[in-house]
Amino acid sequence: MDKKNIIQYLPYSKPFLFVDELLEVSENGVSGTYTFSESEFFYKGHFKENPITPGVILTETMAQIGLVCLGIYLLKEDILSEKKPQIALTSNQIDFFLPVYPNEKVRVVSEKEYFRFNKLKCAVKMYNTKDELVCRGTISGMMIAK
Amino acid sequence: MTKEELIIKLKAIVKPYIQDEEAFKNLTEETDFINDLKINSANLVDVILDVEDEFNIEIDNDSMEKMLSVKAAMQIIEEKLSA
Repeated sequence: MDKKNIIQYLPYSKPFLFVDELLEVSENGVSGTYTFSESEFFYKGHFKENPITPGVILTETMAQIGLVCLGIYLLKEDILSEKKPQIALTSNQIDFFLPVYPNEKVRVVSEKEYFRFNKLKCAVKMYNTKDELVCRGTISGMMIAK
Repeated sequence: MTKEELIIKLKAIVKPYIQDEEAFKNLTEETDFINDLKINSANLVDVILDVEDEFNIEIDNDSMEKMLSVKAAMQIIEEKLSA
């Protein structure tokens, strides 16, 4: 399972796919990037005539790169045998420090805290292109290949 | 450790994860974690990890799958402690 394969197994599509590229992936963590195009669907309403990426979308981006991509890598043997990853977000706690504007590229870095009994818990951070911390927190989800 | 002491420890462990306060108040050996206390599957994992820390034991996948009620949890903990 290489980095390109992982993205192909993601159960998302536009306009709700927030992974462009994976930089690194291992048993212990993952990092990857996404660039928010100015045509993303949510900028029209968040906020009126003042487009800023919603916190829930930043959280989703952290979860897709930091948790789901890592989970697919960890479940690789099951997934390669034609099973599909089934996922559910179960909790998150995120602190936000900086806004993300249209056309900004972000980098997500996730470290595995544990993956046991199908629950994956990670410490996840997001940085902008200046390497400033945008947000950080912990995200957990259940991941099963079925 | 007596059964009563074990139940008190288990009760403290599950408390943060329960949804059904009434079932929690009336917790007995027969109480089921999912059906009675309405603990979700992710939090059931937290319960098991907390049990491991509290009793300094390791729960394997087979035991985890059985650990669905207070009674089953007590049996598994006692088994591992005496092993």
